[in-house]
Amino acid sequence: MGLYVDIKKSYKGFTLTSSFESGKDSLGILGASGSGKSVTLKCIAGLITPDEGVIKVNGKTVFDSAAKINLPPQQRNVGYLFQNYALFPHMTVWANIALAIRDKSKNKEKTISDLLERYELTGLEKRYPTSLSGGQQQRVALARIFAYEPEILLLDEPFSALDAFLRENMQAQLIRILKDYDGDVVLVTHSRDEVYRICSRLLIMSKGNIVANGETNTLFQNPPNVISARITGCKNLSEIERLSEYRVRALDWGCEIETDEPIDEAHTNIGIRAHYFTKTPAGAAADYSRIPVEVDEVMDSAFDKTVILRVPGVPHRSILSSDKTGEDGRIWWICEKNTDISGLDALYVHKKDLLLLRS
Amino acid sequence: MVIEPILISLKTASVAILFTFVIGTFLAYVVFKMKNGVIKSVVDTILTLPLVLPPTVAGFFLLYIFGVYRPLGRLLGYIGIKIVFSWPATVLAAVVIALPLMYRSAKGAFQQVDPIYMQAARTIGMSNVHIAFRILFPLSGPGLASGGILAFSRGLGEFGATAMIAGNIAGVTRTMPLAIYSAVSGGNMELAYSYVVVLVLISFIFVWGLNYVTEHGSNKRRASSDQD
Repeated sequence: MGLYVDIKKSYKGFTLTSSFESGKDSLGILGASGSGKSVTLKCIAGLITPDEGVIKVNGKTVFDSAAKINLPPQQRNVGYLFQNYALFPHMTVWANIALAIRDKSKNKEKTISDLLERYELTGLEKRYPTSLSGGQQQRVALARIFAYEPEILLLDEPFSALDAFLRENMQAQLIRILKDYDGDVVLVTHSRDEVYRICSRLLIMSKGNIVANGETNTLFQNPPNVISARITGCKNLSEIERLSEYRVRALDWGCEIETDEPIDEAHTNIGIRAHYFTKTPAGAAADYSRIPVEVDEVMDSAFDKTVILRVPGVPHRSILSSDKTGEDGRIWWICEKNTDISGLDALYVHKKDLLLLRS
Repeated sequence: MVIEPILISLKTASVAILFTFVIGTFLAYVVFKMKNGVIKSVVDTILTLPLVLPPTVAGFFLLYIFGVYRPLGRLLGYIGIKIVFSWPATVLAAVVIALPLMYRSAKGAFQQVDPIYMQAARTIGMSNVHIAFRILFPLSGPGLASGGILAFSRGLGEFGATAMIAGNIAGVTRTMPLAIYSAVSGGNMELAYSYVVVLVLISFIFVWGLNYVTEHGSNKRRASSDQD
């Protein structure tokens, strides 16, 4: 059951093609802004009409272009948490929730006070949304959605309106709230941390297409292609030339790398996550690939250190030519703050941590 | 100074604004919800036209429709209703002339409301009528109020269309603007002067109120966006 989506939509200069199914767990959609992830969500809710395709919610067809079915949002039974929560500013917390109560035969007072208690909003019922904190607003929005008893829940960048230091706490709260919810959850975000914490399954979207679909853990450990690797946060990506079954030349970095996994013709790039380098092999030297480097730049953060390196003798391209890290032929290494990098001439990476990618 | 024109003017403007407000808001809502862009802009243009045409043209059309020898005028005549050259004609003229102001203010106010509120309302199952009355109209409050005041003030000052369709019958259809005209053409500048003072004073108060409503409304909106 769950959600079934197979749609096409021309939108602001690109065509969105979205096709997936969700199970009982929470599904994350990860992508940069403008990748079509929010449009997908709005199509499911009925706020945007796709050009063609089918959308089913728990087996019920809510959109089918061939059969000319297009139920209005009111009949889709889909809860939608908006980016800025969309609480009605001229109504109190109480009135906001009361409007959404689906079952009018229920005792309204009791339903609302139960919801207020469950989302720790008791005492705030007479307040207006603008006088609430970001976290409180989000809980009111969730209470309003659950008053409507939706079959599935769509979360559109739920934490982007919050300050960074509130975010982690709110993520923990949301995970707790979602545990009590029976329906499917779809979370759209550009934050890797959010999907990793909240969603067991993951779609990666780029420029209107789904580029990867699978278990969240698997996709982070083994992204199938270059775009997924970049979106899941891989900072070091290089095109490769296959030298032998277990040996490639990394063209952007100008060095040779040995791999564990056999390389075939379809592999076009190699990726190494910035956290995965070590100064010395932590185990058998044969398990590690060695990359000769020299330090180019060091950036200190609060709790770690970013070292930008290059292979000696390889001229690096202008850093300004691209917004993306690791595309100027330099290698990023994020290490512990107190790491001593004087006299560093090589980095090691476990062969299991090398990402062999298709384009 | 005869006080009758003042009373007639106030009575006409007060009754007219009830119609103008409801009809103008309703038309603005209908156009706001229209999906077909061509029909939308045609209707929008027609509804705005009375604003730019001379009121005498509007008066001419009204005579054409409601004149006693025209089909509609004759039909109304059979059931004993005579519009032209009677007090209701002053109301009719004021409604037609002030309608574009109300319509445009209301439409502008609707367009200012963040569509996300309507989207949210739809996803929690609210009907379109419910959304209009509970979400859209309240959030357009300041815009609707200022449109109402503008339309009222315009109705109060209506001259051309009123003269065409209601005439200038003392004690019946002679509103303040017509009384000023009659006084001046009769050479009674003193009398004209006193009506002018009264009209300017009343208009001043209402336009002042309009500015208050507009300021107040936008301050409130700003305060709420600061919180985001």
